[in-house]
Amino acid sequence: MLTLVARRFVRLLVVLAGVSLVTFAILHVSGDPVALMMPEAPEADRAGLRQSMGFNDPLALQFARFVGNISRGDFGQSFFHRAPALALVLERMPVTLLLTVIAMGLSLSLAIPIGILSAVRRNSVVDHSATFVVFLGTSMPVFWTGIMLILLFAVRFRLLPVSGWESWAALILPTLTLASVSTPLLLRIVRSSMLEVINLDYVRTARAKGVSEWLVICHHALINAALPLVTVAGLQFGLLLGGAIITETVFALPGVGRLIVGAIRQLDFPIVQAGVFVLALIVVLVNFVVDMLYLYLNPQIRVR
Amino acid sequence: MSIGTLAPPRVAVAAPLPESDRSRAWRKLVRNPAAIAGVLILLVVIGAAVAAPYVAPHDPMRQSLLRRFTPPVWVPGGNPAYLLGTDQVGRDILSRIIYGARISLVVGVSAVAVSLVVGVTLGLLSGFLRGRVDAVVMTVVDVTLSFPPLLLALAFVAALGPSLLTIIVVLGLTGWERYTRVVRAEVLALREKDFVEAARAIGASPLRMILRHLLPNTFSSIIVMSTLQVAQAILQEAALSFLGVGTGSAHPTWGQMITLGRDFVSVAWWLATFPGLAILLTVLAINLVGDRLRDALDPRVR
Repeated sequence: MLTLVARRFVRLLVVLAGVSLVTFAILHVSGDPVALMMPEAPEADRAGLRQSMGFNDPLALQFARFVGNISRGDFGQSFFHRAPALALVLERMPVTLLLTVIAMGLSLSLAIPIGILSAVRRNSVVDHSATFVVFLGTSMPVFWTGIMLILLFAVRFRLLPVSGWESWAALILPTLTLASVSTPLLLRIVRSSMLEVINLDYVRTARAKGVSEWLVICHHALINAALPLVTVAGLQFGLLLGGAIITETVFALPGVGRLIVGAIRQLDFPIVQAGVFVLALIVVLVNFVVDMLYLYLNPQIRVR
Repeated sequence: MSIGTLAPPRVAVAAPLPESDRSRAWRKLVRNPAAIAGVLILLVVIGAAVAAPYVAPHDPMRQSLLRRFTPPVWVPGGNPAYLLGTDQVGRDILSRIIYGARISLVVGVSAVAVSLVVGVTLGLLSGFLRGRVDAVVMTVVDVTLSFPPLLLALAFVAALGPSLLTIIVVLGLTGWERYTRVVRAEVLALREKDFVEAARAIGASPLRMILRHLLPNTFSSIIVMSTLQVAQAILQEAALSFLGVGTGSAHPTWGQMITLGRDFVSVAWWLATFPGLAILLTVLAINLVGDRLRDALDPRVR
């Protein structure tokens, strides 16, 4: 158990090194970072900047310097906002996290009961409608879903605000939009993992012993179906953060996603790098926690 | 982070499909009404894309300020010449959707081709060579999985400069890891099979073993995964357009049409609605076909 945890931890560090390398590559992939940062500047100015920012040094040295800087939380100054890039990203983080967490909660509270129902009443009307919704949900572009919700609830019926972040009502449409990404996928997992355990011998035994149907489903079946759900929910967190970038742009929410999208339009690469790194770091940490949870929940591993 | 090591995908090994199985798979596919609907929709979309100049009622680029914001034909004020209405500069929406199918399909299929080449190659090498190569490849997979999907594509397309080629390559290079994981798992299982042992025993070269004995047995999963990835790549291309790093061309794309339509959503709902429906129908059709292919080809489901 302890060696497993230690091995996971080493893996975490290796993956973080890889994540920094990819983040570093964003600025260097085009070959000339200075041309990317100031496309209109005359060549003489560019040459000066290249020299002063150390872009003429070997890439390995530049990468080492980059890792040193980001380990101290220094992603450089935003060109546009004239402030440290990391501070700007962290300032916007609560909005993104709140949106993601609420959407995740909504997704789980929809997907678990409906998924169980569809598995228990296989091939019923509920099951078929759920499958239909899953297909529909996975085929809609997120931003279009958001725009259609605006069209319906804000423009047509004037029930909810179009955009902004001022009231709880303003949160409803973004949350629904984001949840439309993850609910179908979670629903599918709940259904299939329930179907897998529901006909196993021990469940049948429990039924034969006269355990009530409700208890069989919630206690015997669900607990074992929960393991894959935990892993998938962890992976979904990354997907939701990706969806949050789009959702924030649709509804003009002041989150990290919109900051990154804005920074990309202004070629403000310190912000892009800081944003990409922080979001990836969150995904890595969430999945690390999920891994630990999995080790803890899975008795087969725990005993070893 | 590594679901690869904790919960390996349950992959059963596909024996090479004998002819009877193959026809059974085909029968399963055609007997399903949803899959048939999917195939029909796809045929229409592909046909429209290929024959765009002949089926589009208007030039998709021609502007006409007199005809701005013509609503769809069934809405009062509609014009039968413009079935789905016109946009803010009077361009015919139906024609733009028909032409837009070209970009979506090209990006979807080409991005998957890039992912396939990279992902399958790495999966074969990783599963066949194991050891250090495997460790490195799986680390790269874990790193790739650490980024929220689309975020990486967004940053790299912006850095490389938006163009059709950039979008294809970047989407391809951010979507390969699923093939690597599955192909690797299948190869690891196949290695232990008698027919692979036998091939090794009679002195087949490693290359021959990979290409002749291992690769063909992963085709079922690869076909299913790549079908479903085409759908995802189409959605991603639209999302990149929406986030402002589109193909950079003047040619209409569905994502770009929705983006422009968003600004007019309160005055002209049809601008954003119809291109979105085009994406929805196309992606739904691909998903239906892909899902049915999985049922038909995947030995686990059979």
